[in-house]
Amino acid sequence: MAQLTSAHRLGGLRAKPSLAERVDLPRRVVFVAAASMIAIVVLLLTFIAWQGIQLFVKDGVSIGEIFSSRWDPLANGGPQFGLLPFIAGTIFVTAVALLISTPLSVGLALFLSEVAPDWAKAIVQPALEIFVGIPSVVWGWLGITVLVPFLADTFNGQIAITLPIVGRVFTMPGFLTGFSWLAGSLVLSVMVLPTITSVSYDAFRAVPQELRTGSLALGTTRWQTIRHLLIPSALSGVLTAVVLGMTRAAGEALAVQMVIGNSPTLPAAITQPVTTLTSQITLDMGNTVFGEPWQDALWTMSLILLVISVTSVVLVRLINKRRMGS
Amino acid sequence: MTATAGRTVGRPSGPKPGLRRKNSGGSILADRAATVVMWGMGFFVLLLLGAIIVHFALAAWGVVSPEFILSDPSRTSLGGVFPVLWNSIYMLALTMVIAVPIGILGGIYMSEYAGDNAVTSVIRFAEEAISSVPSIVVGLFGLILFVDDFHWGFTILGGALALTFFNLPLMTRLSEQALRAVPQEERSASLALGATKWQTIHHVVLPLAIPGLITSVILTAGRVFGEAAVLLFTAGVGTPAHYNFANLDLTNPASPWSPFRSGSTLSVYIYELNSEGLGVFKNQIVDGSAAILISMVLIFNLGARLIGRVLSRRLTAA
Repeated sequence: MAQLTSAHRLGGLRAKPSLAERVDLPRRVVFVAAASMIAIVVLLLTFIAWQGIQLFVKDGVSIGEIFSSRWDPLANGGPQFGLLPFIAGTIFVTAVALLISTPLSVGLALFLSEVAPDWAKAIVQPALEIFVGIPSVVWGWLGITVLVPFLADTFNGQIAITLPIVGRVFTMPGFLTGFSWLAGSLVLSVMVLPTITSVSYDAFRAVPQELRTGSLALGTTRWQTIRHLLIPSALSGVLTAVVLGMTRAAGEALAVQMVIGNSPTLPAAITQPVTTLTSQITLDMGNTVFGEPWQDALWTMSLILLVISVTSVVLVRLINKRRMGS
Repeated sequence: MTATAGRTVGRPSGPKPGLRRKNSGGSILADRAATVVMWGMGFFVLLLLGAIIVHFALAAWGVVSPEFILSDPSRTSLGGVFPVLWNSIYMLALTMVIAVPIGILGGIYMSEYAGDNAVTSVIRFAEEAISSVPSIVVGLFGLILFVDDFHWGFTILGGALALTFFNLPLMTRLSEQALRAVPQEERSASLALGATKWQTIHHVVLPLAIPGLITSVILTAGRVFGEAAVLLFTAGVGTPAHYNFANLDLTNPASPWSPFRSGSTLSVYIYELNSEGLGVFKNQIVDGSAAILISMVLIFNLGARLIGRVLSRRLTAA
């Protein structure tokens, strides 16, 4: 490119730029197409933020009130808009999903990048792409027809862990119906698996081959190389993968709504029904009227979701900037 | 399994036993165990996918038939899913007509023109931000913009535009990657022959990138086809029991050809049936619809792979 510009500067060989060249219409058109995404983001942020603050501005609910755990839009003594059950539910369901999915996904990424021969990669990678393509409602339906009945039938009594000598160390109520926090987390863990796997896979691939051969030449086993060299070097990439998986899990609506039981209270155990921000929005939006406080509370929930996702984008940028810097 | 693990552990991952320190027996064991676990994860994914496909194949057995695909829903018998399938295809076509040109043009800017400057990084930030916004929130944005502010009500067009918003980053990024994969020498050669930048893009870069671009279109299409959360509050739920395809009046909401009508797609229909929970045949209909969706996902994926491979072979051979 540099040579081409300097050649252009010689000038004599080229005709003077024509009007069409000076206006460069194609450049303008493709720029508008790319910049349209900025317009979409700005509009989306503005609209959702505006609707999201109506609960405080118009309906006079204080910011402190939304952190209460009482959600009762139809209460006699005035509606209660405590959003804590939804915020906590989203955090709980997402956290357990990540706890299940992260070790699996990182292991799978390591398998694909370090262990798998070409033929195995050629089978597993397309399989993961198909996982990405399976629609959310299909995951939800699988959850309802397979997972939920399984949980309800298998663990219907009280769940207790009893150790010899020490005795009973842990008890938990069993599943009533199977619609539960755990069901939501399990469905989500499968849904975010391809995201975490493919981003960590890229991170492992980005570690230079020389480092691996160097480590192996020192007499380490492959697993020692993975543990002491690959995982530390790719840590920021794996972290990015987990943050992206978290964003996807926290924002997933339909599959989660279909299996968590949607009870707007704080759950006592992982076997109990919960609710999340996304599922409550999905359920209530159609039953409320535009402008009423109940619906405004739903918009506030979507603003919270938006804040979570924008924060995660910034977080990913920060993680990557640190990697570039070091 | 053990034979493979033994082979991969034994040789490439370490020197011959003689060279090792004595205490490395434990680390070799750990290495072997780790290898087995990692292979296990690979098998787990394949098993899970296989189980899902078999599950739906069995569930859809006796449900999905040409009649199921081509007939109208019924309250008293199994009926079919034709109207919602039609809506899915219509929605997909409309979305792609809007999203593909904008996405490819945006990809051209990002790959061929974008410099290393503030504007580019703002565009990248926007791209990442939209990809991370939950689909339900994009649907709500569509609800404010199209349904309330524009007074369109629930329309297929509103749904298609919301889907465009949601998938534009993906389409742009995939096109950018397809264009970047074209070797730099091709551009230099064309510019050296005196072609302008746009002539180079139009006549050299784009034709070479076509296999990659087609793959990106198909991958985006796969995601659009299954999306439901974006559409719940933009295109609406509910579908007339029968579509009259002779009605060609595009402004008439009763015409299946009109973009200004509400209508649920196959994915939305699954969600709707599940939450309303009515009808004797509910489970069969949902199983059948889910099986159709899964088959479409498989077709889109394999199609993208196959077409990409065939086209690139043909183009490189020519």
